[in-house]
Amino acid sequence: MPALHRFRSLTEELIEIQRQMEGHARAYGLDFFPTIFEVVDADQLNAVAAYGGFPTRYPHWRFGMEYEQLQKGYSYGLQKIYELVINNDPCYAYLLGSNGITDHKLVMAHVYGHCDFFKNNAWFAKTNRRMIDDMANHGNRIRNYMDRFGVEEVENFIDCCLSVEDLIDIYSPHIKRRDDKPPPVRHDEDDDDAADPTSPTRYQSKGYLDHYVNPRKAMDAERAELKKELERKENFPSEPMRDVTLFVLENAPLKNWQADVLSIIREEAYYFAPQGQTKIMNEGWATYWHSTIMTKHAMEAKDLICYADHCSGTLAGSRTRLNPYKLGVELYRDIEDRWNRGAFGEDFDNCDDWQEQQHWNTKAGLGREKIFEVRRVHNDLTFIDEFLTLDFCRRHKLFSFGYQQESGYYEIESREFPNVKQRLLYNLTNMGRPIIYVTDGNYKNRGELLLEHRFSGAELQQNYAQDTLTSLYKLWKRPVHIETKLEGATVLWSFDGKSHTSSEDKKKA
Amino acid sequence: MVMKIDRDNSRFKEIVKGKIRQNLRKYVTHGEMIGRKGKDLVSIPLPQLDVPHFRYGQNGKGGVGQGEGEVGQPIAPGGDGEPGQGQAGSDEGQHVLEVDVSLEELAEILGQELKLPRIEPKGKANIEDDKVRYTSVRKVGPESLRHFRRTYVQALKRQLSEGSYRPNDPRVIPYKDDRRYRSWQTVSEPVANAVILYIMDVSGSMTDDQKEIVRTEAFWIDTWLRSQYTGIERRYIIHDAAAKEVDEETFYHTRESGGTRISTAYKVALSLIKEKFDPTQWNIYAFQFSDGDNWGEDNRQSLAMLKDELLPICNLFCYGQVESPYGSGEYIRVLEEAFGSEHEQLVLSEIANKEAIYESIKTFLGKGK
Repeated sequence: MPALHRFRSLTEELIEIQRQMEGHARAYGLDFFPTIFEVVDADQLNAVAAYGGFPTRYPHWRFGMEYEQLQKGYSYGLQKIYELVINNDPCYAYLLGSNGITDHKLVMAHVYGHCDFFKNNAWFAKTNRRMIDDMANHGNRIRNYMDRFGVEEVENFIDCCLSVEDLIDIYSPHIKRRDDKPPPVRHDEDDDDAADPTSPTRYQSKGYLDHYVNPRKAMDAERAELKKELERKENFPSEPMRDVTLFVLENAPLKNWQADVLSIIREEAYYFAPQGQTKIMNEGWATYWHSTIMTKHAMEAKDLICYADHCSGTLAGSRTRLNPYKLGVELYRDIEDRWNRGAFGEDFDNCDDWQEQQHWNTKAGLGREKIFEVRRVHNDLTFIDEFLTLDFCRRHKLFSFGYQQESGYYEIESREFPNVKQRLLYNLTNMGRPIIYVTDGNYKNRGELLLEHRFSGAELQQNYAQDTLTSLYKLWKRPVHIETKLEGATVLWSFDGKSHTSSEDKKKA
Repeated sequence: MVMKIDRDNSRFKEIVKGKIRQNLRKYVTHGEMIGRKGKDLVSIPLPQLDVPHFRYGQNGKGGVGQGEGEVGQPIAPGGDGEPGQGQAGSDEGQHVLEVDVSLEELAEILGQELKLPRIEPKGKANIEDDKVRYTSVRKVGPESLRHFRRTYVQALKRQLSEGSYRPNDPRVIPYKDDRRYRSWQTVSEPVANAVILYIMDVSGSMTDDQKEIVRTEAFWIDTWLRSQYTGIERRYIIHDAAAKEVDEETFYHTRESGGTRISTAYKVALSLIKEKFDPTQWNIYAFQFSDGDNWGEDNRQSLAMLKDELLPICNLFCYGQVESPYGSGEYIRVLEEAFGSEHEQLVLSEIANKEAIYESIKTFLGKGK
């Protein structure tokens, strides 16, 4: 397989290390696409990272900004990217040329963990494994539009698209939501009742039997049902739609090239979504395997200090930021331990004796098997929901924190297990973004767009919401609105192309 | 390897410059970047250069952390440096973006925004000075300029290619052909030198607020003039009833309590010019800042010195009157009466507050002198 970007090819030594690491990984039952390593320098790695791993991606200023920040962080010694893997078949991984041999070993072992995860985790099942080619193709299409319509024009349009790129339905690749079948015909053409679509089915009967054959109650219920269905059909979309981007793509008055650009942005958003949904699991899994392989097989005496130093860096805890590497790997280890001891299931859960639970050991030995299963079926949300235990929470000194208006500080809110878990789940829901639906594409019967924020306790940030509405207006080209909650009351924020208004303002005026 | 990122990076920088342009008035008015000045770069904080999304406000922020601490203990300040949950692909927290802009770029933006004309240096703008630069290497030259390292590298290369280099007897002997010598090139550089004289009234009526205005305005004047000349000298003169030349630090931090005699400062300025800055060789810029308070009888002498001696030799003489709660603010009227409001060399500007700095700079530098 030819190298993708003609970066440097591996040295003999690295080829040998790769052979060994791949061997160890396979021996443990990891299963991955062929993996191609490329050696790059820090500049190149930062550039590739800025593009989300795809050096052939479409041009846009924000990648330049990302690069600037990575470069600065690197040159000031604040941060360093060790490795980067792309979910593709074959997988591509970049190694930082200036790293020492110990780091290369560790990183390769880590990469095989990721590659196994990409291939086997259910949430990646629908991702495009030819994304390298498609990204390059997207890049070409957009560059082509830039040549034809001007860089600024296209880039400004991309800015608008990016404002709505996260308004997608992350579950839709797995669930068929839209009914492609035509609606069933309920009445014959020559039926007298056809004029009224809400009239219920009436069976023939003699007059005196009628209220037995066609009972009033059932008739009324059916009528109501039909009426509701009719209303739903008249709605547009018929049901609130979470893939706002798709709705805009299908219904906004976009030029062909614009629709194409939006579809590219949407496709890439779907491609990256599972990585957002499984950050803790994916990093935890890779960390679990690099530490297993390094400590059991690959590490020599001379590697020890470097290895320990690296691990202390990647696994460092923080009071303001939960380290996904740390949380992930500790949870896998906890699960492995519990399933090895048989510390799960009805008997265990029903045991009231804390001491007994602590020393529970049925020698079940199911740990390894269990974590492979976990990595196959879960995402971060379900992973935490299912496996974060009170015991784990205490052992790892987890707490929840929140912003305190009075002090202007983030303060520790609680160390109670239910609160901590709830906060964590809350932050993982929809990847920490508000959940938003299109509820009406013909609002007020004037072709305006109405979105609804499904309020779950946290308010939207108003200035961001306004800027987002501005972008959305540029796509929809008619006034746009979002319904949300502010201090307990429902409000409607609107943008009509000229000014931002809030239903609150109208009340005051 | 040419990387695609370079193009996106320069697009980003262009957008940044656009942002600076939009916010220039704010930057000019607030002295914030003066303190951040490096040698040739200023670091400018740009708020939110990001793509807007629907996102949670403050009351939705928070997360889970790990470590010691009691409930209620503060762990991080709110505001911009918000802690990200750092997981699940959510944003890594919003950064205030700090961008480095060179003073040259800043001057360019300033010039474009204020529509400042490029300055036509007076006098001997076209004098060229020859300078010698040792930039190249040749095969011949005097022994005193022999490039030792290059010579040996050359010898080693030759021996390697001949096969005469033996690693276990690593002797490298240069032949005559191996020798390399440093060599110079003559570069001619145009000389257009300029000196800026800053004159400030430091009598009691000029408070720190007034001086801050002067400092901010002087920063922008410096930035612009520097971009127009290859060499800039700056001199600082303070005065109350008497005047003296001081360094920059003293200039901004002295507060005297005596009366005010502007003519003393003019005298110091003139003798300085006479000694060091021959008006036929130097472009001379004078910026005088005061709250307009002068000892009445001194006005006559000041005006005479300005008219007969200073104005004829200065490219530009700018008088900025900073409004003070204590000063009389009369001097600018006196100047107006004597010279009229439109004068070739003399520019007058009243600076009521920080917000007025922007227009004042435009008034001063808008003549292209």
